[in-house]
Amino acid sequence: MPANRRGRRLVQAAVAGALALVMTATACTGAGQIEEGVPADLDVAPGVTDDSVVIGAHHPLTGPAAPGYLSISRGASAVFDYINEQGGVNGREIDFRAEDDAYDPSMTIDVTRELVIRDEIFAMMGGLGTPTHSGVIDYLNEEGVPDVFPSSGALAWNNTDVHPLTYGWQTDYTKEAKVQGEYIAEHFPGQSVGYLYQNDDVGVDSQAGLDQYLEEDVVARQHYESDVTDLSAQIAELDRAGADVVVCSCIPAFTAMGMLEASRIGFDPQWMVSSIGGDTATLQGLLQEFTSDTAAEGTPADAFLEDTLVTSYIPRVEDTEDEWAQFFRDVYEEYGGEDPITNTHIFGMSQAVMFAQALKSAGPDLTRQALVDALETEEWRGPGFVPFASSDGDHGGHEGVFVVQHQLDGTQDWVQEARVTDREDGPIEQVEDFDRAMPDELEFHD
Amino acid sequence: MDHFINLTLNGLALGAAYSALALSLVLIYQATRLVNFAQPAFALLSVYAAFAVTQITGSYWLGFGAALITGMTAGAAAERFVVRPIARVSPLNGVIVTLGMLLVVQGAVGMIWGNEQHAFGYAFSYVGRFSPADIFAVSAVAGVALLLFLLYRFTAIGLRMRAAAHHPEAARLSGVRVGLMLTAGWAIASFIGALAGMLAAPPFLYPNVFDIVFVFGITAAVVGGLDNPFGAILGGMLIGLGGSWVSGYVGPELATLSALVIVVVVLSVRPDGILSRPTARKV
Amino acid sequence: MSTTTGQRPEPSTGAASTPPPSLPEKWRALPLPARNLLGAAVALLVVTAFLAVTGDLTALRLATVGYTFLALAGLQLLVGGSGQISLGHGAFMMIGAYTMALLVLHLPMLPLATNLFIVVAVSAVAGIAVGAATARLHGPYLAGATLILAVGLPGIAHRYHDLFGGSNGLNIRTVGVPPFLDGVVTTSEWRALVVWFTVLLVLAALATISGGRLGRRMRAIRDDETAAAMSGIPVGRTKVVAFIIASAAGGLAGGLQAYALGTVTPSSFALVLSLTLIAALVLGGIGSLWGALWAAVAVVYLEVWASDLARAMDLGHNVQHNLPIVLFGVVLILVLRFWPLGLHGGLQALRNRIARR
Repeated sequence: MPANRRGRRLVQAAVAGALALVMTATACTGAGQIEEGVPADLDVAPGVTDDSVVIGAHHPLTGPAAPGYLSISRGASAVFDYINEQGGVNGREIDFRAEDDAYDPSMTIDVTRELVIRDEIFAMMGGLGTPTHSGVIDYLNEEGVPDVFPSSGALAWNNTDVHPLTYGWQTDYTKEAKVQGEYIAEHFPGQSVGYLYQNDDVGVDSQAGLDQYLEEDVVARQHYESDVTDLSAQIAELDRAGADVVVCSCIPAFTAMGMLEASRIGFDPQWMVSSIGGDTATLQGLLQEFTSDTAAEGTPADAFLEDTLVTSYIPRVEDTEDEWAQFFRDVYEEYGGEDPITNTHIFGMSQAVMFAQALKSAGPDLTRQALVDALETEEWRGPGFVPFASSDGDHGGHEGVFVVQHQLDGTQDWVQEARVTDREDGPIEQVEDFDRAMPDELEFHD
Repeated sequence: MDHFINLTLNGLALGAAYSALALSLVLIYQATRLVNFAQPAFALLSVYAAFAVTQITGSYWLGFGAALITGMTAGAAAERFVVRPIARVSPLNGVIVTLGMLLVVQGAVGMIWGNEQHAFGYAFSYVGRFSPADIFAVSAVAGVALLLFLLYRFTAIGLRMRAAAHHPEAARLSGVRVGLMLTAGWAIASFIGALAGMLAAPPFLYPNVFDIVFVFGITAAVVGGLDNPFGAILGGMLIGLGGSWVSGYVGPELATLSALVIVVVVLSVRPDGILSRPTARKV
Repeated sequence: MSTTTGQRPEPSTGAASTPPPSLPEKWRALPLPARNLLGAAVALLVVTAFLAVTGDLTALRLATVGYTFLALAGLQLLVGGSGQISLGHGAFMMIGAYTMALLVLHLPMLPLATNLFIVVAVSAVAGIAVGAATARLHGPYLAGATLILAVGLPGIAHRYHDLFGGSNGLNIRTVGVPPFLDGVVTTSEWRALVVWFTVLLVLAALATISGGRLGRRMRAIRDDETAAAMSGIPVGRTKVVAFIIASAAGGLAGGLQAYALGTVTPSSFALVLSLTLIAALVLGGIGSLWGALWAAVAVVYLEVWASDLARAMDLGHNVQHNLPIVLFGVVLILVLRFWPLGLHGGLQALRNRIARR
């Protein structure tokens, strides 16, 4: 009996203590008043053994966002498989683990922690999506995990003061849009322009670039939500407003849907599509069912895509002359899946090559600091067609885009060589003497 | 004005698909007093079956037939083998188990056909402001509604199905095979669900393609009144038109919210839907 | 419901067969709120002990279990208590989460406890609005109306994206471990503790409510609305009150989620969340807080275990990625088929069978 009483008093004391503790701790400071932490130690090498290195990523592999994005991690995996077949990088095989977050940031946080804590990844490579990756960027930087090449063109990745370990990769939406705006202003002067954009940072950042060149000519700004799969109202409005040129800052499904809807109502503008939605191979796959009432009946979907302008910075899967494009097609043939290769696969494949290149440069004594040093000092020479920033406080990744135009026979003409710019209101400049290394010259595996 | 007409026509075409799905939900609700969350899953399975058959045979209409048969079979099997033993114990469990089937089918479809998008065509040309495909959608739904009306009103089997749903004990006493009638109710409903899927899926097919269609379908059924098939059609058209107008005049991000407004307005005036019977609810 | 309203005082009354005679009597002599608070304290100790032996990864998942538990307990009160089926519980979590994020971003000097109070107040107000609008609805009509609420609400975040951040949502950073505990617990562990402390405190209150007059009234309405009305219970008002309490619990759960994860986006509160919550609740078992607990564990860990399983087996891409979804569905169907009272009911039946041997 006294024992029971003592036991209960102990419990009560513990409760009172815990209560007081929590109340004081949470009551004295504001919830949003935080202090800067200590930078993490980078002279470590978790996930690294003599013959392997573990790399993680978060991708939507199921759920509404999976279609379209699945191919990125599949492409990257194919390249890593190829590299491992060649003997790996500095004697280490790359163990690439792409985890499913279903594009839900709360799941991204969980899988990222699982990768960092349980799988002890050496680095994150190509974590996909703006809302998803935004949720883990602080965590990765605090934990000292190099956050290499997020798969998104958000401006937020290039902020070295706050996130020194994050290295952007994709040409950001504003830079890309500036080149698009300039191209339209030069080649379609005085014509009416309509914007069709995804209602998130893609839309905001793209308009910031486009408006620098086209503000006078814009007759309609239409947006879509990625969970409402109907564009009829938007396309009807673009038609009504008399847009001669439509700039589509959309993902592939909505680019295809926009083109279908336009052809349904007999609206035939000049399309300009951003790299995120300009995966012409995917678009062909989506549109091929719908050519039966067009001039291109019986042929692939080139009738929809004819004359479409696309901006890009990496090799095009349609390009029969580029050695990198050929290399990627060969690798995919050998190590890829059953689905036909698309430009989205090439996105992940290019990331993988550049990551492996940095890993190679980091040398045999691999630490996170060594990888960061390699990223900061790397001379990037492809597979992309434009210079690449990863040093001196500029982690912006690809710095510009080139423009291609799709032809009725399925080929693509280069209509403008690569140009680079900044994300503010700086000038757009032609890329001078950017010397690309071909697959057999670039050192990215043993 | 031109803009208004366009939006209205779009709304009607969208509404046709919502109506068909709402109709299938109402039929199941009438037969077994539960909302079938697996309806979009059966529709999904049906449309993927159509996709597979069309790929092999090259014929859209063979695929169309395959979809209807798949839907009917899936509905009947689900009622007989999964829902009945569970709903007998607790109606809430009966509803939740349909959610379980939704997950299983959605995942299984992803396992078999992948999570990528596939192009999926229309029955007829989609070209035109109110295209042949749109005309087909609206008239298919109207035709099905008419057939249903005839079936329930004028045939012996329709009478038995109604009896089995509303007064199962009395029906059983007068020799109606109640269980069989309920299964038949699910089969017919899922047949219509498959039709809804064929109308709503194009242009692209992927495992989550019916998420929003389904939400609008439920909303339509609730707005129209779960006890009335014509209410389902009316509700579907209301939701389709409301969404299209709001999309066009206010912004597409508010299309779903417009459905919420319709629900709140309608149900605050008529808590059992527009076409509910005016009699007092049974307690 | 009447048997298990509160936190069970861990093992002491758990095995009802041959306890020492004095303790249960003394326990029962305590007033209900005190019993529930004590139970909550014991549970907090259990969580703390659990945190002490596991790592940072489990800490975050434990926090997730915690706030999911709270959301489910609110839903439990609504569904199990008063028989109203809400498919829109995610909407209230969203309201709570955005309230928390906005408070941290715009009023960073407010302490966390104050924020949580404001979150409760805001979601309770939302609950009043929705509860009043839906008071006359019954069964599937309420389900349909709340479903469209959950799907439509994210539209507001898209519409006013300057305030709510559109589809990218809001990212917040909140204070971590208090200085005097620095080095003793990690930030994640601290957050898990704060979450569970709040959750258990509120659960003690919820259990007290279910055990009291309001709880009896709600159960009477659930069992037979007409009879309840005839015996003088204010049916409409009681239902709205139940709805408000459930909304406040859901909102608080959302606020804690924002605090634990540091990010709030519309896609976290999509259709799938609301449907998962109600499905999990039935899976766990309607009518008892234990059911809500098992449900919360299932929501968090079924997914984790299934992905581990899928990875361990050498499957094709498509099969591997979709296995967790299928598995959750299969488990749900099987449990409902063979244990109609959910995991809690099944476990109780098992225990009774063992005790009888």
